Amino acid sequence: MIELEALTKHFDTIVAVNNITLTVQAGEVLALLGPNGAGKTTTVRMLSAVLKPTSGHARVAGYDAATHARTVRAHVGVLTEAPGLYTRMSGREYLDFFGNLRGMGAAQRRERIKFLADWFKMTDALDRRLGEYSKGMAQKIALIRTLMHDPPVLLLDEPTSAMDPESARLERDAILQMRDDERRAIILCTHNLPEAEELADRMAIIRHGEIIECGAPAELKSRLLGPPLMELRFAAEPQNGLLPLVERALAAQGAAVQEAGASWVRYRTTTPHATNPALLQALADAKASVLTLSEVTQSLEAVYLRVINEGAVN
Amino acid sequence: MANTQERVQGFPTFWRTVAAEVRPVWVVASREMIDTLRDWRIVLPIVVLVLGFPFLANFAASRGIAFVNQYGANLIMERMLPFLMLTVGFFPSSFSLVIALETFMGEKERRSLEPLLATPLTDLQLYVGKLLAATIPPVLASYLGMGFYVILVGTSMDWWPTLYLLFLGFVLSTAQALVMVAGAIVVSSQSTSVRAANLLASFIIIPMAFLLQAEASMLLFANYTALWAIVAFLLVLNILLIRLGLRIFDREHLLGRDIDTLDIAKSWRTLWQAAWPQHGLAALYRHEIPALLKRLRPELLLTCLVVLGGGAWIGAWGTANYTLPPQAFDFGAFTNPEALESAVAQTGLLTSFSTGTIWWHNLRTLAGAALLALFSMGVLTLLMLMAPLGIIFYLTFQVAVAGINPWLFVAVLVLPHGILELPAAILATAQAMRMGDIILSPPEQGGGVIGMVREIGYFVKLFVTVVAPLLLAAAWIERWVTPYLAARFLGGS
Repeated sequence: MIELEALTKHFDTIVAVNNITLTVQAGEVLALLGPNGAGKTTTVRMLSAVLKPTSGHARVAGYDAATHARTVRAHVGVLTEAPGLYTRMSGREYLDFFGNLRGMGAAQRRERIKFLADWFKMTDALDRRLGEYSKGMAQKIALIRTLMHDPPVLLLDEPTSAMDPESARLERDAILQMRDDERRAIILCTHNLPEAEELADRMAIIRHGEIIECGAPAELKSRLLGPPLMELRFAAEPQNGLLPLVERALAAQGAAVQEAGASWVRYRTTTPHATNPALLQALADAKASVLTLSEVTQSLEAVYLRVINEGAVN
Repeated sequence: MANTQERVQGFPTFWRTVAAEVRPVWVVASREMIDTLRDWRIVLPIVVLVLGFPFLANFAASRGIAFVNQYGANLIMERMLPFLMLTVGFFPSSFSLVIALETFMGEKERRSLEPLLATPLTDLQLYVGKLLAATIPPVLASYLGMGFYVILVGTSMDWWPTLYLLFLGFVLSTAQALVMVAGAIVVSSQSTSVRAANLLASFIIIPMAFLLQAEASMLLFANYTALWAIVAFLLVLNILLIRLGLRIFDREHLLGRDIDTLDIAKSWRTLWQAAWPQHGLAALYRHEIPALLKRLRPELLLTCLVVLGGGAWIGAWGTANYTLPPQAFDFGAFTNPEALESAVAQTGLLTSFSTGTIWWHNLRTLAGAALLALFSMGVLTLLMLMAPLGIIFYLTFQVAVAGINPWLFVAVLVLPHGILELPAAILATAQAMRMGDIILSPPEQGGGVIGMVREIGYFVKLFVTVVAPLLLAAAWIERWVTPYLAARFLGGS
């Protein structure tokens, strides 16, 4: 649905995007992560056929963004970083204007506005002036504008950055629904890493205009932070004699202790499904009281910071 | 037969395509117009100007007529009535400039432009939509204002303009509004904020104010042909501005620049590189000056056409309307150079008839004209050269009418120094025009200021190394050769 091949964009002497190659399938969300000025917005602008690539190609919904710019723009919904609303218009007028610009008939526009306003709980605010909207409402109306023409490809730049938690939840659910039920291809630019982890099937981390890491969140974590880290906590403090037992049980599964405290042990394993039951069995045989055995959460933030600070890892 | 059928079937398809392409233009324009009409900061002054200013103009006109009638000069005020009609129309139409800046630059500044750019609209559709949106309300207000004024003047002073004059007023007002809008779009491209665009807009409003004064003088003389010439000039300017606007109004350019900064160091470097000979004096005259002249060819051609053509027209018009009496050609008193010199000194144009004074006068005039070019898109600098040429043509035609050989007149009184002075003046004017026009050119990397600074540098280089030496030689000839030739010619005539 979205294909980028060696996509490059220069502004005078600045290389904004350098040789990006990516694909996003229908029914997939790709999160584009990166620091400010990394090239995310320029990439989105090229994909929405607003800017022309200096070299390389971007194909969106089967059309080349450089040679079929109007068709590409007809198939893409772009949520810009700033909502960019006309403050003297009402929400309804604003949406009607964009629907009209995209060639939708009056009845079709009315129906679509009603459907989307209901979905995003904006019906009551539709007849108010946009200048009176809160930041979150402005962002919602901008998202509705993006969806007015029912585009198969969505490019969303910071879609929930100004929203309260309830609205952000509603919008995230909407994005998942659009991905799963409506099979849209979605590129999401965000600095909200938990949101990216929740929504994205794959993530691409961009720095200085280049993709330096790309993959599924779990794959990236595993590759960059190592195998899952498990923590075993004992019910009672004295565990003398248990540590050698744990070490032996783990060694039998090809794992090893990473750290140990007074009442806890941490270890990494690439095969938790086999290692954890075997370890628990060994401890049960030794009549050791286990309080918990759980995976230590390895944050996406750690992955992101490592990639950004160290550059390409592999 | 098949062709006919295709044509019959293709015709509505063509118009359907046209309608489909025009429709988004109107959607953009109507939204913008509704938005404009909701902005009290724009609507209130327009309403005041449309409904209030005609009363003021009518009051001033009636008082003026009553005053001048005491002295039998009622003709002057009656001639002013059409001018006041134009003024009443001009004020509301000048809002087109404000609306255009708001429509183009304001939208970019408020970041509402990008969602629009992400729609399937073409750059042309967006440009035309905004152009119409910025033009239609002020022009309609202008028509209303003029109509209202005409009714007021007609009912109170029984002065009704002819349909022809009314039509001319409407056409002038429309052409002026279009120029301001198209100019504002170009000016917007030179800046990245409404504030900066507003400052640059003075480069449009000042020439328009000059133009209004020119129209006033044309109306005073009831010279409608000249007013139509102004309309034609405005239309040509419109075509040029719209063409340029279309070139720079593209998504790439609109989203490519974010901040305007004045890079003083870079500006100074640019000025220095442009003004100072880069490889010594020999290379200056062998390479740099020819290269500058080569790039100046369009402006040189335009300057020659406008100042020579315009000068000839002024001369012919003056000769037809203000023929000199035969005694004006009694040159008996000028049979020696000294008498001619004292006659020149008596005109008060020069403090003394010396090479230095003539040179300084010419240098100062051309430099002043170049300065005016910066504030008039180059137009005033052309007029400054056209005026003396008009006088020369006028005298030449008068001489011909008096039965004296005009070619001999030109060869003896104009050409000896003019052969150097005129090319120098045309060269300075052409480069000055380029300096003035730079505001209407697509901005280059580093901002529009750099382009202007470079052109100023080139002007300095040409002025110092070519124009000034030519003028010095011309001044010497004018002082030491022309008077003697003239004395011989006049003495023999």
